[in-house]
Amino acid sequence: MLNERFSDRRQRLLRLKVMREGGRLPSSSRIDAPAIFEQCPACGEAVSKRQWADQLYVCPHCGHHRPIGAYQRLALTLDSGTFQELYDGLCGDNPLDFEGYDAKLEGLRRRTGLSEAVVTAKGRIGGWPAVVAVMDGRFLMGSMGVAVGEKVALATDTARKAKLPLVIFCASGGARMQEGILSLMQMAKTAEAITRFQQAGGLYIACLTHPTTGGVTASFASLGDITLAEPKALIGFAGPRVIEQTIGQKLPEGFQRSEYLEEHGFVDAVVPRGQMKSTLMQLLRLHAKGGARRG
Amino acid sequence: MAELHTPAEKVALARHAGRPGTADYIKALFTDFFEQKGDRLYGEDAGILGGIAMFHDRPVTVIGHRKGRNLEENTRCNFGMPSPEGYRKAQRLMRQADKFGRPIITFIDTPGAYPGLEAEAHGQGEAIARSLAVMSELSVPLIAVVTGEGGSGGALALAMGNTVLMLENAIYSVLSPEGFASILWKDSTRSAEACDVMKLTAQDLEQLGVIDGIIPEPAEGAHANPADVFDAVDAALQKALRQADRISDPAAHRHKKFRTMGSAFLQEPGKDLF
Repeated sequence: MLNERFSDRRQRLLRLKVMREGGRLPSSSRIDAPAIFEQCPACGEAVSKRQWADQLYVCPHCGHHRPIGAYQRLALTLDSGTFQELYDGLCGDNPLDFEGYDAKLEGLRRRTGLSEAVVTAKGRIGGWPAVVAVMDGRFLMGSMGVAVGEKVALATDTARKAKLPLVIFCASGGARMQEGILSLMQMAKTAEAITRFQQAGGLYIACLTHPTTGGVTASFASLGDITLAEPKALIGFAGPRVIEQTIGQKLPEGFQRSEYLEEHGFVDAVVPRGQMKSTLMQLLRLHAKGGARRG
Repeated sequence: MAELHTPAEKVALARHAGRPGTADYIKALFTDFFEQKGDRLYGEDAGILGGIAMFHDRPVTVIGHRKGRNLEENTRCNFGMPSPEGYRKAQRLMRQADKFGRPIITFIDTPGAYPGLEAEAHGQGEAIARSLAVMSELSVPLIAVVTGEGGSGGALALAMGNTVLMLENAIYSVLSPEGFASILWKDSTRSAEACDVMKLTAQDLEQLGVIDGIIPEPAEGAHANPADVFDAVDAALQKALRQADRISDPAAHRHKKFRTMGSAFLQEPGKDLF
């Protein structure tokens, strides 16, 4: 009874957070606006807002996967009523006294409802308990500063101590420039935490979403025991513009996209958003210890 | 103490063509150097030089970025910008050092990992990430010396040291000042300004707790009197090795060190829920 009430409250909280970030859950009939259309940024087709939500923000015409907010991703991934946010109060500072950075962080926190570019949580995926971290591109392009590194490392430590699997949805422009060298050091911090977790027998599933680049690609995003990617996500170390400038030629079509990485041996499977949860459930079942009995 | 050089001048000194590089340090400080080539997976990258050598009668594994001394060497070494093959070679050498109980000494001097088409196709990001994972696991001590340019992830991929030292005029940063200015201000010509705000000098980094010590250079820079610099680096490495020998668990020591990088700048540190 009490459990049900908690579960209900958790789900309402997550729903509120999704609304706050401007997203909508499938068939959330609260705001019916079938007549309001939004163009697909890839193919230009008009799709109703309701349909975007029902299709998990995947274009029904061309299959383009639009970026979604961290809470929305959690709502799509976790079983209803199991979302428990971890370390939500933790945020960064302005270590280099970089001009305008404080105000920028403050504004982003107000606008997005996020405290930083990653949300860490505990919950269940098809009944399987897991620690999940989700990066959010709206917060300074999902860049990794001290707080992001710390939250990823803390979530990893939590998974290690509780002997839970770890799932990270990556989406990042790379290192947080405004935090300089300290953001670079977060690559070492997160890679180290993941390595410890894996040495202890933990399962880490990395889900690469658009875009995953720079210091995040060169640290925890590339260290999954299993690596999944959403279709056509840009995944790489250097950005395409930098590469084109360096080599002085245009890059081939599809370069650094999920399918390209799969072909080159860096991704286990390209998984459309609609199948992500069932794929995660399958993987968690395959890694269950002592027979597949969900807790 | 007032600094002799501005950050922008230090950047120029760190990039000076005559500045001693990894090959020079190996020649001057080590004996019996045996170079090991190739990653055993795909290729050999001359942009990273590594092998086994004696350091004061003690076998060590030594690895560093190599820029090359003349145009032909520069081209062969890709100006010290390694490809994934270079990082995978370094991983192989580090694992071997671990197996045979040799301490690892690295010299850091790179503008960054190479941002090229093939490098991406071969998994530059994975190669750097894996290097960080390998360094996390090493049971032997690793001592890194930033001798010139410590450029981004390509530098860090050899620099997760129990001790990280820096030459007085070396630099170490998240990105080149030009790249930093271009990303944040959309204007790469403002790089001098970037040098001032990035905190990329040895003095700044020591204050931020990113490095453990500074090795002095001649006033005009390391290229002015390499012999003195070799002596200073030699002494600093001997001291660091003596300290490292007293660490009972180098992996745990590195964990503690890198786990707390930047933690002073966090608000409301997370509670441990378990």
